[in-house]
Order: sequence, then C-alpha cells, then structure tokens
Amino acid sequence: MIIALAGNQNSGKTTLFNQLTGSNQRVGNFPGVTVDVKEGIYRADKSIKIVDLPGIYSLSPYSSEEILTRDFLIKEHPDGIINIIDGTSLERGLYLSMQLLLLNIPMVIAINMMDEVYSNGIVINTDTLSEFLKVPIIPISANKNEGITDLMQAVINLVSNRCTPPKQDFCAGAVHRTLHATAHILEDHAQRANIPASFAAVKIIEGDEPIMKDLALGKNEKDMIEHGIVEMENELSLDRMAAIADMRYQYIEDLCKKAVLRPKIDKHHAKTIKVDNLLTHKIFGIPIFLGIMMLIFWLTFAVIGSYLSDLLSGAIDNLAVLTSAGLKAYGINPVVESLVIDGVFAGVGSVLSFVPTIIVLFFLLSLLEDSGYMARVAFIMDKLLRKIGLSGKSIVPMLIGFGCTVPAIMSTRTLTSDRDKKMTIFLTPFMSCSAKLPIYAVFTMAFFENYRALVMIGMYLIGIVLAIIAALISKKLVFKGNPIPFIMELPNYRLPTFKNTMLLLWEKTKDFITRAFTIIFIASIIIWFLNKFDIRFNVVQDSKDSILALIGSIIAPIFIPLGFGNWMASTALITGFMAKEAVVSTFAVLLSTGMDNMSGPLANLFTSISAFSFLLFTLLYTPCVATVAAVKRELGTKSMFVVILLQTGLAYIVALVFYQLAMLIG
Amino acid sequence: MTLDKLSIGKYGRIIAVRGNGRLRHRLLDMGLTPKVIIHMQRKAPMGDPISIYLRGYELTLRLEDASMVEIEEINL
Repeated sequence: MIIALAGNQNSGKTTLFNQLTGSNQRVGNFPGVTVDVKEGIYRADKSIKIVDLPGIYSLSPYSSEEILTRDFLIKEHPDGIINIIDGTSLERGLYLSMQLLLLNIPMVIAINMMDEVYSNGIVINTDTLSEFLKVPIIPISANKNEGITDLMQAVINLVSNRCTPPKQDFCAGAVHRTLHATAHILEDHAQRANIPASFAAVKIIEGDEPIMKDLALGKNEKDMIEHGIVEMENELSLDRMAAIADMRYQYIEDLCKKAVLRPKIDKHHAKTIKVDNLLTHKIFGIPIFLGIMMLIFWLTFAVIGSYLSDLLSGAIDNLAVLTSAGLKAYGINPVVESLVIDGVFAGVGSVLSFVPTIIVLFFLLSLLEDSGYMARVAFIMDKLLRKIGLSGKSIVPMLIGFGCTVPAIMSTRTLTSDRDKKMTIFLTPFMSCSAKLPIYAVFTMAFFENYRALVMIGMYLIGIVLAIIAALISKKLVFKGNPIPFIMELPNYRLPTFKNTMLLLWEKTKDFITRAFTIIFIASIIIWFLNKFDIRFNVVQDSKDSILALIGSIIAPIFIPLGFGNWMASTALITGFMAKEAVVSTFAVLLSTGMDNMSGPLANLFTSISAFSFLLFTLLYTPCVATVAAVKRELGTKSMFVVILLQTGLAYIVALVFYQLAMLIG
Repeated sequence: MTLDKLSIGKYGRIIAVRGNGRLRHRLLDMGLTPKVIIHMQRKAPMGDPISIYLRGYELTLRLEDASMVEIEEINL
C-alpha cells in the first residue's frame, strides 16, 4: 500500500513523515516522475509505504515541485493521500485540498498543529468540515505525536474499502455550468489520458498547458470549451483564472464560517511580529544575519566542532598506534600492517575525525531552517540578491551549500523559474561545502599557523565574492530576462522539534560515516596499493618509484604553472573528485601519517604560496561526483558537463593568476 | 490604490489582481482574491519586499508585484 503525503510548505509534513517512518527512510525512484522523492516504511505496519511529496500550495504547473506532485499523483496512482494542513492557516491549506479531492484517490485530511490551534484560541469543528468535504478529517499534532494512530487507521480503512472522495460540486452558477460542460466535452480524452475528468476540466479552465497537451483535444472540442469559458467570464466579469481561484476560496470561506471560530487576535503571530521587529529590523536586520552566520562558523570551527574533532582524531591515532603494535607483536607481514595502518587507518581516520565538525555545522544550519528564520533571510536579502539577478529564495540553497552541495541543489526545487533554478545551481558550488573543511584545516595548520582563521574565512569569502562576480557576468551574458516573482510565506517562528533535528543529524552522520567506510575506504586502499608497489608489483622502498607516482607524474606537469606540479597533489585532486574529504585522506595515505602530524611532510611538498594556490584550486574545481550527479538529475547531462568544465577552468585560472602574481611580487 | 502604496499598519480590501500568467496565478493561489482583507506588516530593511498578513498567515512579496494588486484602504 502506497500512501502519499501532500500539503503546504511549513505545514509540518516532514515532521509527520518522520513520526510515521522513523529512520526508515530512503530516496525512492518512481518511473512516472523524473526526480527523486523521499519514501519510508510505516513503523506500525511494514506493508505500508509512505511517500513524502514536496510542499506546495496549488496544483498549477508553475514550479517543478507542483509538477512533480501532480505527475506523482496522476501517474503513480498511490493508494491513498494524506493531505496535511496547518490548522492555524486553514483556508490556504484547504485551497490545495479542493484540488486534491478531484484526483479520485482515497484521501484523509490531517489538520496539524492542533496544539497551537488550541493555545491560539481557535476552535475547529472537524465534524462539520468532514460533513461538507465528505472525507475524514483527523486533528493531529505531529510534533507531539498526537492523533497519528487515528490518522493512519482512517487512511487504512479508506484504502481497504477503496473509498474515493465522492463527486460533489463546490460551486454554483456560471463556474458550475462551465465546469460541467467542459468535463462532458473532454471526458473521453481524459479517460484515455488517465486523468480524472473533473480535475482535467478545472485545469483546462485555468489555462493549464501541460494538461491541455496530455488530453490531445481536437480543434472542434477546444473551440467549444473556449466558447463556454468566454461566456462564463462575461457573466461573472472575472477572467478564468480569477474565477476558479475565487470559486475555491469562496467555498472555503463559507465552510470556515460554519466550522471555524477564530479569535480577533492571532497570539502566535503576535509573538512572531515581536521577534521580527528585531530580526528584520530596518537597521539591525542585516547585521544580525551576518552576525548569526559568523556565530555559526565560529561555533563550528573554533569552539564545539574543532574540540570534538581533535578529541576524535587523537583517539583514532591512539587506536592506530595500538593496532600497529598488536599486528607487529603478532608478527604479521609488514605489507599487511602497512595496508591497515598507512592505508585504512590513515585514509578513513583522517575523514572520520572531521565528522563532529561537519555534524555541528549541519545542526546549526538546520536550526536556521526549521525555526523559520531562513524565510526571513530570504525576505531581508531579496533586494541585494536581485541586484545580481536572483531572488531572496536563492539564499536558502546557498546557505545549505555550506553544509553539503547535494541537498542544496535538491532544495532549488522550491524555485519557481528554471532561470533562477539554473543560476542558483551554478552558483551553489562556490559556497565551500563542509567536506572541503578538512582540506582547509590541514593546510592552514601546516602553512598558515598564525593566520589560520584568516585564511579559512578568506576561502569562504573568496568563494562568495567569485560567486557574485560570476552571477553578475552570467546575468549579462547567459541568464537574461527577469528573476521570478518573489512570493513566499513567512511562517510563524517555531522551536525545531528535538526528534526532527536528531533524525536529520543521524542521517547526516550515517551518510558521512558510510562514505568514510565505502568510497574513502576503497579509495584509500587503491591509493595505498598504487603507492606501495611498482609496475612489476614489487614493494617499493621510496614511493617515487610507485605506480601512482608514474600516473601522477603524467598529470602533474599541468599543475606546474600553479605551483603544485608534484604527483601527490595531482593524485589528491583526482581522488577529491570522488569526495572532497578524500583530498586529505589521500595525502594521509601518501605521506603515511595521521591527521595530527601531517604538517611536516606537507611542508616538503608545498611552499606557503603554492599551498594557497592549491587551496584556491580545491575551493573552486569541479564539485564531487555526488554533486555532479545531483546537477545531472536537476538540469541534465549538458549542464552537468558545463558545471564540471566551468568550475575546473575557473579554478585553474584563479590559481594560475594568483601563483604567477605572487611569484612576480616575490 | 494599489497594495504597494498601503502604509505599514494599515488595512486594505482587495478589489482585483491585475497582471497575467504565473505571477497572477501565484497571487491568486496564495489567497489574494477579491474582497479579502489584508494587513500591511512591514518592509524589508532595504525598503523592498514587503510583508502582509491575510487569511491567518504572513506573506512576503515585492513592491513591483504588489502594484498589480488593486485595493481600497479600510479602517478596522
């Protein structure tokens, strides 16, 4: 049994999804939709699969998320829909419900945030709502895990009895007549296209191009429908789009008059206003935002994250020493000992020790997102971002990009124009992701001991400044035209729930650790092998004679003008394409050293100028395989190659210019 | 008058949403339909976009887009 979760953004959909599935989640692939959606198994009944659809406000064809939801519901035929609505803004939520109800799929409406509804003094009569909408209405508080069992029981009952929402009219008069006439004309086509006729009729009246195409109506039928619509427009003196929206909201308003009692004062919103008076303040708003970002990086790098990482890397080094001693005492073949210590421990350990730092960064970024502050950042930064050809909404993917570029690219789906989406995806890799952090940490430790913080912040800032320049250039040359309208909900501030945050952190931790033991593990062993043997498979005394040195020295000359034409650096850059943290693990394996004493051996490979040039190159060159795959999923193969070539080309030029200038000046 | 001209703290009632295509559809979907009462909340630090309160929630939009929404000022 497949149950789809649909609802507005900020309706608590993800919280409900987490409650239903726990950590039983993965990205699912459905043939009917081109992008991935999240799916999970219901905890109490393993035969039920829950699919988390993106947060949307309507089923119009104006954003990729709305199209994804439509395609999923129409083409994948889930067995049931849970439509989740924020009880504090019921009207807007029901607007989507009225469209979902036409899809002929068993559906239950879950009214969420009932705890806030009560404390705000709002009274919702769910029986009345259910009586009119003719589907079960279940009050829940997803964050408190209340009402969830009732909700699932209702869905299961409905699905087992195949109870689709009964056909009913939400309107009277001209709209009603036109709808009926239109549905009648296109009925056969709708059946052939496998789209419910009443849904198709509303969408056609709204002027929905994709549905129009799917139906493949003849000229005669199109003319007849158009004639009916024009008649309706004349009668109502409203155009078609407004007539349909007005019809829905009219029905909802009448219904809410019967079923909902709202106090004059919206208490929760009043609190939000107070917070916003400070956070979006005319003068202090932007400085506060910058301050919060600095605080996040300071906490991550200087306080909690680095402290935990130091502890962990110390522990890993100790474990390596113990293991080495144990293996030697056992009298194991020295090549095997080298594989375990110089290969696995050095490689995997160097990456593992950064997990705490990365988790702290993700934790802090998730607080920004889940509290509702991210929407305010979009609000206060919109005007600035518009100057470089983007909208405030693009700030969200970019901030997430400091954590990991892959979810950042996935979050661009909330952008409603392809132009903005493409531009944001091209710019996000400029935001240093957390996997580059180990590279910066190791290199600043080795070469810029006294200016560590400065060089680190410098890397982030150089990325941002180059992104702005790239945006300004591409705005003039490639992405002409206007940015999309910026119309966005500012949700009330909410405390992020403990469970959601923990689940997110668990997912990220699992992700990084899995990668450390898969990609990094295998890469470390391969690097170790290629570094340990020569082409006749004899153990080498000096790694200069190894297979890797041979391969590396073929590529290395390319990087001579940049100052790091040694084979180890080129090897590290190649493995860095698999995962950025592999740059560090590769150095660890090649120099057969742990995290803590990498500085000495590195100083033999780089000068501080060539080290900075190397950092510039790693900051900018092609994003990792996972990111490239995400770009391909969102924008296609051509854009993927454009991203790889542009970033690498730019990295080369920037590092080249820096190194040559620095050498000139001396 | 149009929505972008409404002063902070004032109330207005929507008369019509002009414009076309995606922008208009979005505005209508978000509940800016005729007769709805809106409350002007604030302007962003740089004067644009603005934020309004309607149908129990807060919405932000740009001045340029708000100028498509025709309203009449009312006293509540």
